[in-house]
Amino acid sequence: MNGAQALIRSLEKEGVELVFGYPGGVMLPVYDALFDSKKINHVLTRHEQGAAHAADGYARATGKVGVCMATSGPGATNLVTGIATANMDSVPLVAITGQVGTHVIGTDAFQEADTTGITLPVVKHNYLVKDPSDIPQVVQEAFLIASTGRPGAVVIDMPVDMSRADIDFKYPEKKTSLPGYKPTTAGHARQIKVAARMIMASRQPVIYAGGGVTTSGAAKELKELALLLDFPVTTTLLGKGVFPETHRLSLGMLGMHGTSYANYVMMKTDLIIAVGARFDDRITGRLDTFAPDAKVIHIDIDPAEIGKNVPADVPIVGDAKTVLRELLGNLAPRIKESGPPDIKAWQQQIKKWKKEYPLTVPEGGLRPQYVVSEIYRLTKGKAVVVTDVGQHQMWSAQFYKTVRPRQFISSGGLGTMGFGLPASIGVKLGVPGERVINIAGDGSLQMNSQELATAVLNNLDITIALINNGYLGMVRQWQELFYDKRYSHTHLRRGESPDFVKLAEAYGARGMRVTEADQVEPALKEAFKIKAGPVLIDFIVEQEENVFPMVAPGASLDDMIGG
Amino acid sequence: MKHTLSVLVENKPGVLARVAGLFARRGFNIDSLAVGVTERPEISRMTVVVDVEEHSLEQVYKQLNKLVNVIKVVDLPDENSVQRELVLVKVKAEAKTRAEIIEIVEIFRGKIVDVGKGSLSMEVTGPSSKLSAFEDLLKPYGVVELVRTGNIALPRG
Ligand SMILES: Cc1ncc(C[n+]2csc(CCOP(=O)(O)OP(=O)(O)O)c2C)c(N)n1
Ligand SMILES: [Mg+2]
Repeated sequence: MNGAQALIRSLEKEGVELVFGYPGGVMLPVYDALFDSKKINHVLTRHEQGAAHAADGYARATGKVGVCMATSGPGATNLVTGIATANMDSVPLVAITGQVGTHVIGTDAFQEADTTGITLPVVKHNYLVKDPSDIPQVVQEAFLIASTGRPGAVVIDMPVDMSRADIDFKYPEKKTSLPGYKPTTAGHARQIKVAARMIMASRQPVIYAGGGVTTSGAAKELKELALLLDFPVTTTLLGKGVFPETHRLSLGMLGMHGTSYANYVMMKTDLIIAVGARFDDRITGRLDTFAPDAKVIHIDIDPAEIGKNVPADVPIVGDAKTVLRELLGNLAPRIKESGPPDIKAWQQQIKKWKKEYPLTVPEGGLRPQYVVSEIYRLTKGKAVVVTDVGQHQMWSAQFYKTVRPRQFISSGGLGTMGFGLPASIGVKLGVPGERVINIAGDGSLQMNSQELATAVLNNLDITIALINNGYLGMVRQWQELFYDKRYSHTHLRRGESPDFVKLAEAYGARGMRVTEADQVEPALKEAFKIKAGPVLIDFIVEQEENVFPMVAPGASLDDMIGG
Repeated sequence: MKHTLSVLVENKPGVLARVAGLFARRGFNIDSLAVGVTERPEISRMTVVVDVEEHSLEQVYKQLNKLVNVIKVVDLPDENSVQRELVLVKVKAEAKTRAEIIEIVEIFRGKIVDVGKGSLSMEVTGPSSKLSAFEDLLKPYGVVELVRTGNIALPRG
């Protein structure tokens, strides 16, 4: 068996069923081996970036490791944005890249790029295969590293001579750790006790949950904790859905474009219980004024996140599910004995804030917020929503209430425009039974619109709800607010080019256009009936709508514009 | 503040780049970095002297530990460790200064390793502070070239 066949066999051993990729010279042996695989399907995207985002979307929707592949040089560099996007959001991704033969590495050979060097700062780990007999072990390690601890992206760079070399295939015994890689899972018993005592003593608490809860599969435990204590819960963008946003205890999303009440709660709280979240700058606003009276219990599997931005009074390194179980076990007898902490005054205060500062859909014209809330209503809040990056992403987060993990899929950490459509493809293939809606921006969609072909050819019934405001809206908003309305190069000249309906049609997708509020419902209903492939609805919305509330960059979290 | 970190790593290609890249990327200042083999061929030891505040030190430590090829990181405070560095210096030496220079080298228990026409080369080992003192004393004679290995260290006891 040759190295390429060993690679494919190893992927099969890891349970891989689907890869996204794009071939090229040094990947010929791998693609040839793939041709024979009965277990692995390959989806040919139209750009390597699309392959990486699709694999990422697949991973986010299913919890499995996403796999993408590309050829050396330009193929590998085209993957980089997708790799960085996945890694920033702790998504398990394995990217396989072809490389020039080992004897010419370092000579600027045709289509040579230093892939391990280029990707080093944006991966969890990477490999350059230098001995073909290492291939099975490298694949096994890559999957272990990508999917355990705090998940992330792993690159395997395969020189073409490694793919061609003959080897004896033997898949190693399942490993659970490597010499320098042993993620902590269980929480420290004493810390759990300290945390429980702190919780019992709090009067103005809040649970602040992030994507780590999804990764850990800890949504059930989180809900149990919130209900046991009757504590309010706010989530990050990546944490959307880990606690049902329709629940009375939910505060929705916090941060730069979070709800006013979530932000007020954070600023006035006496105890933050952070679970799988990392106090990113989009969450905290100005750090030195953030949550001045709060004690912090910080639960995270990555020790480096604890105390990085906000000091933790009780650091608990461990897997969220395990730690929350331990914490629940410790709290139960305390609550039995003395009842839950008395937070009635705090709950009254929160009720007042919620009433005073609700999120509202503005009246008149065709408003983007209205489009999102109609999508929410007509999908009964059950769809999987995949967004691009910009204003439409924030409106989606604000107005599409999610109730379960993996229901809201968005590039958070890197904020990668062009993520939405290819990620939707991966999502739809990962969870074919779900309705998948890509809420897209007119700028973002044009960054990977070629993937319409992939969606059409794979008969994927994705609804692309294009929030067409004719602008790089989020940047325009900042120009309006902080640069004196000097709209430097953010105008996309809507109506001149492209015609998105024709673009969809050119690819063989259905295209529709909506210009009035009363057309939204019928258009969506019609789109949902079409099962044959993607439908793009071009919503011609108000051009200069802004996302509010907004915490200006560098401002204190309770200093909100429009909040 | 300066801290000496002893980092045990798997002896694999690219490990130095991973460690150095981490320092660069996260904006941690390195004073020196020395790499060498250990008693076990599959493991190398990096001794890194960083100049960071306490909070950043914790980040350095944790981020290093996240690297898959890093096996162990220990902070070696001066009082609990033996620290050594080696310096090679070439200084201008004329007939009338030669004896004085040799005397300084002897005080520092150094060695003359090369004698040139108008210069002397010497080596001195010791803790970094001793080497700096040595350097200062030689400066007036005219240092032509100088190289230091960077600190290496082992825990005491
Ligand atoms: C690849 C990339 N380039 C640039 C940016 C900076 N950026 C953030 S939001 C935005 C505008 C997005 O425009 P659009 O997709 O139309 O969304 P809108 O804000 O109008 O809803 C830009 C340019 C980015 N996030 N990603
Ligand atoms: Mg736009």
